[in-house]
Amino acid sequence: MNIHEYQGKEILRKYGVTVPNGKVAFSPEEAVKVAKELGSNVIVVKAQIHAGGRGKAGGVKIAKNLEEVRTYAKELLGKILVTHQTGPEGKEVKRLYIEEGSDISKEYYLSFVLDRATSRVTLMGSEEGGMDIEEVAEQTPEKIFKEVIDPVTGLLPFQARRMAFNMNIPPKLVNKAAKLMLGLYEAFVDKDASILEINPLVVTGNDEVVALDAKFNFDANGLYRHKDIVELRDYDEEDPKEIEASKYDLSYISLDGNIGCMVNGAGLAMATMDTISYYGGKPANFLDVGGGATAEKVTEAFKIILSDANVKGIFVNIFGGIMKCDVIAEGVITAAKEVGLEVPLVVRLEGTNVELGKELLNASGLNIVAADSMADGAEKIVELVG
Amino acid sequence: MSVYINADTKVIVQGITGETALFHTKQMLEYGTKIVAGVTPGKGGQVIEGVPVFNTVEDAVKVTGANVSVIYVPAPFAADAIMEAVDADLDLTICITEHIPVLDMVKVKRYMEGKKTRLVGPNCPGVISADECKIGIMPGYIHTKGHVGVVSRSGTLTYEAVHQLTQAGIGQSTAVGIGGDPVNGTNFIDVLSEFNNDPETYAVVMIGEIGGTAEEEAAQWIKENMTKPVVGFIGGQTAPPGKRMGHAGAIISGGKGTASDKIKAMNEAGIEVAPTPSVIGETLIKVIKEKGLYEQCKTH
Repeated sequence: MNIHEYQGKEILRKYGVTVPNGKVAFSPEEAVKVAKELGSNVIVVKAQIHAGGRGKAGGVKIAKNLEEVRTYAKELLGKILVTHQTGPEGKEVKRLYIEEGSDISKEYYLSFVLDRATSRVTLMGSEEGGMDIEEVAEQTPEKIFKEVIDPVTGLLPFQARRMAFNMNIPPKLVNKAAKLMLGLYEAFVDKDASILEINPLVVTGNDEVVALDAKFNFDANGLYRHKDIVELRDYDEEDPKEIEASKYDLSYISLDGNIGCMVNGAGLAMATMDTISYYGGKPANFLDVGGGATAEKVTEAFKIILSDANVKGIFVNIFGGIMKCDVIAEGVITAAKEVGLEVPLVVRLEGTNVELGKELLNASGLNIVAADSMADGAEKIVELVG
Repeated sequence: MSVYINADTKVIVQGITGETALFHTKQMLEYGTKIVAGVTPGKGGQVIEGVPVFNTVEDAVKVTGANVSVIYVPAPFAADAIMEAVDADLDLTICITEHIPVLDMVKVKRYMEGKKTRLVGPNCPGVISADECKIGIMPGYIHTKGHVGVVSRSGTLTYEAVHQLTQAGIGQSTAVGIGGDPVNGTNFIDVLSEFNNDPETYAVVMIGEIGGTAEEEAAQWIKENMTKPVVGFIGGQTAPPGKRMGHAGAIISGGKGTASDKIKAMNEAGIEVAPTPSVIGETLIKVIKEKGLYEQCKTH
């Protein structure tokens, strides 16, 4: 789960991390009001969307007076921002962050991520701030430094200091930078984050070390113990079908094809998409109904697939293990009856309770095309959709 | 022969009183798995499906001599359950539970350092040595005893591959689902090296998916060490970048972990990669015929 920059900075403040003063605004009037309260000579107006690359896309404006704040706020609110992370359709700006300007001496990069190779949280830092870290990794990999963190001790002060020295932070500010890193790590672990990226981290003219941006990503599996984070979820930033799916604990991702897919298991779901593509079709979605699906959950999954107007046919591909075939069959039948099935439906069932599942489908009187294998099913649905 | 588990394996079911655990305990017993104990804190003394229940893993081991456990405990308590199994010095613990917070797993991995127990999973289908021992949630009937080892990051895709092999008359030694989480106990290389040392395994199917670099590392290891033919498949070839496809592991980011990178690395290591999941079985058969192993692998 992602949150906005202003929400991320709110969290960081609680962990003693220095961030510029600022507040969220939903209208030009509010923006001006916040700017007035801040009383700074330079005010930054920042578009709040769940994507990086906002600066380059024109989503960050520097205002010298309140009139400029109003002008920029009007310009940005409602604007569709297209960045390298939003896709070509872009994202509409509905919130602004109004922040005091910082007197930047130099920009740096800092992040905490999970390193799969070591199974540890790792601190990454570089003196090349303000640009994509992928670019830095490609052009000057020697300028990226890492500290692997032992979960028993947490980030140690000497590691944070070593990082600060490696990043060429001015020696007199190393202790401030180290303290900031320790605060970031504490926030990362406390909130079950999966990514915390500060790009840029800046050193200012009056010798402060400040997190000028904050990008948080949270581990979905840890959200059950963080109600405060769940409350920060911005539904405007997500696909409505994906929101609906998440209510039923279904893993759904919208794609741009016309064949709806319902599969159990993420690996098989991806392989099913691959197979449909192999036969010349285009999947409309990724949908993993998961292990412990009930008939009700399957019914909801089916409704979500059908709510996509692009869907011209559905392929259900189930290899039951923990998921029982009869449960899938029941759900499919209920949903097809409730919503009225008007598109072709191909079903491939295999695994736990397969005979029971097939019997239920046969007895349902629904127009279902049975498939013997994943390939057979994919070929059939591609042909039926035409 | 087989790897990790066999007819002598004595199994504890952790979280045995839960609904899913009960269902699969019955299925495992039917398959012939020697389930000697269950563990649910506070329910010690009960008997479920003829299996005695204990309050702690330690008690269960003391009384029954079990050497392996399988975990069906809900995600918030699963990391603790794994560590309890490790503390009891089991040879192996297999964690089926999905949705364990990744920072919990970071702690678990740290706790396991220097300890004896191997962890398979979490978020995996389990391990099965056909006709000997089934531990997990896989449907037993699709497996046949034989000589092909299967290792996979995806549960249902493992079933798919095994099913194809069985239908083509090719049995399996052991099928190991290592799970789709970014932090897990056993990786491809661990399982490949077991298969390499197992005299009854003649060839291996390795099923990976997008995300991370585990397949690339395994390919390198195979190139340098593996004496047996390996065929592969990579799921998610058509998945769009940046989208998380269910498995926390299955996400392409920053140009790393793409299907094409993985397939390239595997091909360079001499691994034949099936173009679609439907021909994993066919691809294996083609390769074992070329190597003159087909007759030995065929189930008679």
